[in-house]
Amino acid sequence: MAAIHTSKRRFGIAHLVGLLLILFFCVFPFYWMVSSSLKDPQLILSQKPTLTFQPTFENYQAAFQRNVGGSLGISLFVALTTTVLSLLLGTPAAYALARFDFRGKKDIWFWFITNRMVSPIVLALPFFLLASNFHLIGNPIVLVFIYLTFNVPIVVWICSDQFRGIPKELDEAATLEGYNSFSIFWRVALPLGAPGIAVSAIFCFIFSWNELLYALILMRRETQTAPVVATSFMSGYQVPWGQIMATGTLVALPVIIFSLIVSRQMVRGLTMGAIK
Amino acid sequence: MSDGTEPQIKIYDDSGCTQKDLFKWSHLLSCSGGYRPSGGWDISSAFRCLEFAARVHSEPGPNLRLAWFQNYLGLVNDAGFRESLFRTFVFLLINLPIQLILGLFIALLLHKVGHEWLKNICRVSLVIPLATTLAVVGLMGRLMFNSSFGVVNYAVATAISLFRSIGPLLQGHFQVMHGFWRHVVPSNMIDWLGNPNLAFATVSIMDCWQWTPFCALVLLSSLTLVPTEIEEAAKLETDRWWQVLWRVQLPFLLPGITAILILRTADILKMFDVVYTMTQGGPGNATDLISVYVQRVGFRQVDQGVASAQAIVLLIITIILSRIYIRYFYREI
Repeated sequence: MAAIHTSKRRFGIAHLVGLLLILFFCVFPFYWMVSSSLKDPQLILSQKPTLTFQPTFENYQAAFQRNVGGSLGISLFVALTTTVLSLLLGTPAAYALARFDFRGKKDIWFWFITNRMVSPIVLALPFFLLASNFHLIGNPIVLVFIYLTFNVPIVVWICSDQFRGIPKELDEAATLEGYNSFSIFWRVALPLGAPGIAVSAIFCFIFSWNELLYALILMRRETQTAPVVATSFMSGYQVPWGQIMATGTLVALPVIIFSLIVSRQMVRGLTMGAIK
Repeated sequence: MSDGTEPQIKIYDDSGCTQKDLFKWSHLLSCSGGYRPSGGWDISSAFRCLEFAARVHSEPGPNLRLAWFQNYLGLVNDAGFRESLFRTFVFLLINLPIQLILGLFIALLLHKVGHEWLKNICRVSLVIPLATTLAVVGLMGRLMFNSSFGVVNYAVATAISLFRSIGPLLQGHFQVMHGFWRHVVPSNMIDWLGNPNLAFATVSIMDCWQWTPFCALVLLSSLTLVPTEIEEAAKLETDRWWQVLWRVQLPFLLPGITAILILRTADILKMFDVVYTMTQGGPGNATDLISVYVQRVGFRQVDQGVASAQAIVLLIITIILSRIYIRYFYREI
């Protein structure tokens, strides 16, 4: 009995150590970035890592002088516009796919689903040529259009899953109440599907905010999005690590805080497609 | 009585039906409208790709000679393309199992009873790597794996000196290990991003850092699907956790594992940001994964014909993979 007890306790300690390791590995790189962004540039380059230091916002000031603020604004504009438009276009489509049977439904569904598989680089060149034909290179609007092609399928995927979960009896009850189809969609499906819609909105925002490839090839210097600016500091003779980490923090921190707040919903969205 | 009511019902039904039809089509229109930029563009852009792949010169203009399949035939002899495709699959084959197994262990640790508050914190902290901007992950990697002031090198050096100080206790074993370590790492300044193999490993480590939590979260939510009674009963039967895992939990994990395999495969074929910010495909072409390679050919060397042909080949591979994906993963809606 005692042996079982000690082995259990030992297991409990191993469990604790394992959990602490997970926590450490998840948090440390992020912590290191944030703390480096607050260090004096000379301190970052010291061989022995410093854990205690006088925090300074020098790096952030320097970064803002290099138009990081403007690029954050552009990123925010692109991400918000994309999210709103994706929801406007995606939710009706998801509802139609979830509720009605029609010819070609399977093909449309396939078309939506496979979008997740297509590598962005495959479409990068054609998008570039189209955008330059329309004289849209350097215009953030073109990013909105392109991100829509990736985000509408996400909305459709997640929301149609959500809409399918709404019992059909509710529709019938609403019909008896005299609702027409649109008001069923508007007043019954949308409020009940709100969790799924919220999850898809979160994903749309994060994907558009984080995207690098298209922003890199389609934007000019003055309209670069924040991730592109963060990577552009790399070129040059002396690498301004402090500024890079400050920009990286500014890019990643809002999204991370936001996803920590909505972590439950985010996990749901991530695993939704996976375990069905 | 039935004569009286039946037509009435029918009329009601009919009107309901037509209205429904109308609604359906209006929705479909909005759906296709929503999809037009993507669907339409996808198709037309694929055609643009096809068209460009068949050209000799990259600049669009009137005096173009059709190259027909020359660009595609060139791919057969294009060692760079072949190697980067091969490298991508090697990357996939190395990283997927690591992420899956590590993720499974994390999920099991988080599923185990005990330390509830710490488990909750861990579960939330798993979201951090996932939410981090891919490009920023690459930047973090460059900072931490820097050869002269990176924190990883410092950790390695500390570990070595720790080994050295407890070396006498280990007697002979230490010499062997130390010799081995010296063989692997000639100095304390490991040039993680300068050595081809280590650069590949570094990119892999950052990819694992970001995506192992995803595997863990998917598998954790699969584990919660196992009915508690069955799991309890199995635990009474045997003390060995792997027996429980293999015989009871695995069937519930399989759909999640399939999903991970498929989504990660797609993601690694797409992988661009981390490599681009960390190594740009270098040193040499040690980390030249397919997306980075095509991007370089198309936008740096401005050989758009060849890049288009490569993109089309990649698209075909993707379509084949998504066909498999649909067959195993997608269920009828």
